[in-house]
Amino acid sequence: MAACRRFLKLSGHLVSKVCKYPRSHALQSRTMVTGSCIDPSLGLNDEQKQMQQLASDFAQKEMFPHMEKWDREEIFPVDTMRKAAELGFGAIYCKEKYGGTGLSRLDASIIFEALSYGCCSTTAYISIHNMCAWMIDQFGTEEQKQHWIPHLASMDKFASYCLTEPGSGSDAASLITSAKKDGSDYVLNGSKSFISGAGATDIYLVMCRTGEAGPRGISCVMVEKDTPGLSFGKKEKKVGWNSHPTRIVSFDDCRVPQSNLIGSEASCSLGAAQASVEQARDHLKVRHQFGSPLANFQYLQFKLAEMATKLVTSRLMVRKAAVALQEDSPDAVALCSMAKLFVTEECFQICNDAMQMFGGYGYLKDYPVQQYVRDTRVHCILEGTNEMMRMLVSRDVLKER
Amino acid sequence: MSGLRVLVGCKRVIDYAVKIRVKPDKTGVVTDGVKHSMNPFDEIAMEEAIRLKEKSIASEVIAVSCGPPQCQETLRTAMAMGADKAILVEVDPATYEKVQPLHVAKILAKIAQENKIDLVLLGKQAIDDDCNQTGQMTAALLDWPQATFASKIEKTDGELKVVKEIDGGLETVTVKLPAVATADLRLNEPRYATLPNIMKAKKKPMDKKKPGDYGVEIVPTHKVIKVEDPPTRQAGQKLETVDDLVHKLKDQGLIPS
Repeated sequence: MAACRRFLKLSGHLVSKVCKYPRSHALQSRTMVTGSCIDPSLGLNDEQKQMQQLASDFAQKEMFPHMEKWDREEIFPVDTMRKAAELGFGAIYCKEKYGGTGLSRLDASIIFEALSYGCCSTTAYISIHNMCAWMIDQFGTEEQKQHWIPHLASMDKFASYCLTEPGSGSDAASLITSAKKDGSDYVLNGSKSFISGAGATDIYLVMCRTGEAGPRGISCVMVEKDTPGLSFGKKEKKVGWNSHPTRIVSFDDCRVPQSNLIGSEASCSLGAAQASVEQARDHLKVRHQFGSPLANFQYLQFKLAEMATKLVTSRLMVRKAAVALQEDSPDAVALCSMAKLFVTEECFQICNDAMQMFGGYGYLKDYPVQQYVRDTRVHCILEGTNEMMRMLVSRDVLKER
Repeated sequence: MSGLRVLVGCKRVIDYAVKIRVKPDKTGVVTDGVKHSMNPFDEIAMEEAIRLKEKSIASEVIAVSCGPPQCQETLRTAMAMGADKAILVEVDPATYEKVQPLHVAKILAKIAQENKIDLVLLGKQAIDDDCNQTGQMTAALLDWPQATFASKIEKTDGELKVVKEIDGGLETVTVKLPAVATADLRLNEPRYATLPNIMKAKKKPMDKKKPGDYGVEIVPTHKVIKVEDPPTRQAGQKLETVDDLVHKLKDQGLIPS
């Protein structure tokens, strides 16, 4: 039996690549959480478990073996993402009518968590792409849906979301990029910064001002890649999130038809934290100091328990927020803000603690844990900084009712 | 001849990546709270059946599993991959410990006859008990030809041409249909189930049966006396020179002196 198992493990058939020790070690640790309190499949129904299994198999076989290279060489893994899209990961919570997968936000969060185990940065981009597809699916016209959803679901076209501007970040209502009507067109002027995928993606969903000042005058306009007047800044050098480019996107009298008007992340942290906890756990069992495995030291046991507790509470928070969002419940904004704030900070801390447990090895790029640390750090900043999340939560709590 | 009706066995086994633990009383291995999945060789058999269907060689693919209620998950996976329907032959967990290849072969043979099956496709063995018996026994019970350890399957007129890996080369055999074939590791690379197919699998029919429905009584023909861990590897020794090594090997009788 053992020989056969070993054969299967090494055959390259079930595990596409056998890597050097630290990585293959982490790779094989995947199923060892079944029955443990940090098992992410606890509480899910059968279909969700199957989806999670599918996503985690994909992450293990198609992403994890390459995540170090994608990070090092800053590769935007187009082929891998298209392969993921073939399985239905391109437009997860878009309606089936136009080619989406037709699942819920909760299903999507389960999938993103499982995928991010294999590469946090790539999964983060996939989640942005999914959000763009959803915006078209939800707010687009019939023609837009028919035309774009199939392209986005198959990821034969990639999308970017453009909100942040050099002068306006979380205070989205103050954005100044403008879209002025001119005949049957909109003419866009302004620039957007920190745009994930920019330069490598095909369509840009641009939040811009079509009307009065303040939040009411903002619309979403879609701009295709080769539109005259659309240009990109230099590729930013980032601490993490290296498997997709980030650039400034500028619009200089960029003309798009008015029909391009489209009405109006936390799961990735979880997968990275899960991977870090599992890898730290395995390291604690293997590494000996002072004549005993690290796992026998009470300080590290307690630390690991705290990490596991943070991981599971974070997961509960994400799933609760995903359900609230799906059901459009009145507390959805506050819950999502809480989830974003809590989960991104706790999970970054978990990854960081895991790196500490690895000692000097943790700082080497041979071990994946440092990449999870770099890739999750930005989650505390982007998509509305965690300070903004605190503001949104406090606003909800202080509101007169 | 219309398309083949294919029956595929899908055993639920402990996942290949799990570290196996022997029960303290040595009656077997720990299965509670342990991750299970479809036997990898059965997954390959299922993939082959689906490919036959995609090439319009097969008309229907039926997945079957014998075991506890959790085998439903395995069958749903099979249907998410592409099987048209499934049969669960439910055995309670206590009885399941006594199920042996002969019982499963009898059940498969009966199902094959009842469903007018042309081809029974199984994994060459299950990675839990490594028996490598079920396919052969099924063929014997049905008095059908068998093509085991297939690494390539082709349909010719009323026959199957099967390439098998044998010591030092390949062997090609042809079998008349109906037949039993078992899948080896290199037959194909199983696909991922897609999200839409996972959702569709929910709606595909699953029949629930008992071994008694096929006239099979689970009475073991042999008894497991004990299950033990393999011996732990002894620590090695570091030697200074090649001469030391040669000496050592000679002393142990590992090379001729």
